[in-house]
Amino acid sequence: MTTEIALLTVFILSVFTGVEVISKVSSTLHTPLMSGANAIHGVILVGAVIVTGFAESTGGLIVGLAAVVLATINMVGGFVVTDRMLQMFGGRKAPKKAPQESAQEGAA
Amino acid sequence: MIPVWAQLGYLAAAICFIVALKGLSSPKTARGGNLIGAAGAVLACVITFFAYDVGNLGWILAAIAIGTVIGVVGAQRVQMTQMPQLVALFNGVGGGAAALVALLELNEIVAHGEDGGSALVALIATAFTILVGSVSFSGSMVTFAKLQELMTTRPVTFPGLPVLFGGSLLAGVVLSIVLVAGPGLAVGTVLCLVGLALGVLLVLPVGGADVPIVISLLNAFTGLAVAAGGYVLGNTLLLVAGTLVGASGTFLTKLMADAMGRSLFNTLFGALKGGSTLGGGEISDRPVKSAGAEDIAILLGYAHRVIVVPGYGLAVAQAQHTLRDLVDVLGDRGIKVDYAIHPVAGRMPGHMNVLLAEAQVPYEQLREMDQINGDFKQTDVVLVVGANDVVNPAAKTTPGAPIYGMPILNADESRQIVFMKRSMRPGFAGIENELLFDPKTTLMFGDARDSLTKLLSAVKAL
Repeated sequence: MTTEIALLTVFILSVFTGVEVISKVSSTLHTPLMSGANAIHGVILVGAVIVTGFAESTGGLIVGLAAVVLATINMVGGFVVTDRMLQMFGGRKAPKKAPQESAQEGAA
Repeated sequence: MIPVWAQLGYLAAAICFIVALKGLSSPKTARGGNLIGAAGAVLACVITFFAYDVGNLGWILAAIAIGTVIGVVGAQRVQMTQMPQLVALFNGVGGGAAALVALLELNEIVAHGEDGGSALVALIATAFTILVGSVSFSGSMVTFAKLQELMTTRPVTFPGLPVLFGGSLLAGVVLSIVLVAGPGLAVGTVLCLVGLALGVLLVLPVGGADVPIVISLLNAFTGLAVAAGGYVLGNTLLLVAGTLVGASGTFLTKLMADAMGRSLFNTLFGALKGGSTLGGGEISDRPVKSAGAEDIAILLGYAHRVIVVPGYGLAVAQAQHTLRDLVDVLGDRGIKVDYAIHPVAGRMPGHMNVLLAEAQVPYEQLREMDQINGDFKQTDVVLVVGANDVVNPAAKTTPGAPIYGMPILNADESRQIVFMKRSMRPGFAGIENELLFDPKTTLMFGDARDSLTKLLSAVKAL
């Protein structure tokens, strides 16, 4: 039963953390934040890889691979599209940035 | 049991996700936050391959390659105007993946019994993941269809809908109990189908203007499904990541609903009460005043104060750059011009800021609703480009209208209003705008880019 209690503790603390970290978001950033959070739950890919790795039947393998493809689309696409959105916010702030920061961005 | 180093690695990934969410809530750190989140996700995946004895490796890597190509190409190719539906789509496939993972794990439990932990709680979590993941998948697909305008953006209701929805919900709960009592793949599959039906029934009655709130809610659903899936697999990282998204997504949904002056309950079930059928979405043949570019150029060119209200129509016509040119020319004539950005201008909160930032409109000219709403009384001309619902006074005056209670830009308080519209078609909420028939309103029909180009040369010629 200790495992359950430990997982329950993790769950409850995560709930509070999740609410707390985004509590001061401005409405301008609602769309990128939603998109970024969306990408984070793409980490279900980890679960998809585990179950597919242990799949024994052909049917199981096919379902698992479908899950892997879907989860990868969610994760990779989610982060890329969020970055594209935020890139535009970055552009207009560039003049206000410290010089070395802009230089780093140029290098990236 | 997975090795300690892998567990520590998962912990590092979980920290990355927390830092990512924190970063994403402030403009300065947003982009960095997103990259940290991506780094955490990649770390988690790499660890998984080494920590678990993963079979079918070639197949899995090929599947990841396919998913990566689809994800990257989709994310790169999408127009900024179509961003919301892409987010909905990505969210949906994530929910689908969670449901499939839970189905496979159910198969595993049926075949070998649950290893470690309590079978009861694991089965409850499995049922939850299957049901909620499917709801998120099908619900997101319907929101995608609505935003892409593959189907009507108006609320879809039919007489038996509440009964059907309630019945499906009950069926979902009963099937979940059956699944926990006697695990079987057949029950799991039926539960999955019920979830798919529930998702469709949940989103159908939601009006177009409220769809962003639903996307955010479904995003939270997928997060919770992933968390439950993490419990089933005994994987702490999935539990933490899913719960973080579930909790922050739920809170974000509430923030969005507040910004639009809507309660979540009304968003989801308002149409079922029959209120939203108001207006009928028909094109009125009442007389309106319309004018050409030269007349409107005179209105604008000799004003002292002008406020531009940009909307989704502006973005669809790709006219942001022309609009910026026009505003620059007006500025050169000594006219004070600002953009009034409604919180939900475009299709999602913050969407219009993204679109105008793309056209390099100076940040200082973008004014949020609360900052600028007091200025309309002293404004000579309000230029509404491709927006409609966000200036519709029905939000204040007509109880029962789908947008009633939504805070709007007080364009109706200014001296003159100019609407640039393609047609008399109603806005995304599907209701008529009384402001169009106001005596101080002038309409200019046509594609936003054409109209703005004509207007620009007419103002230059003054």
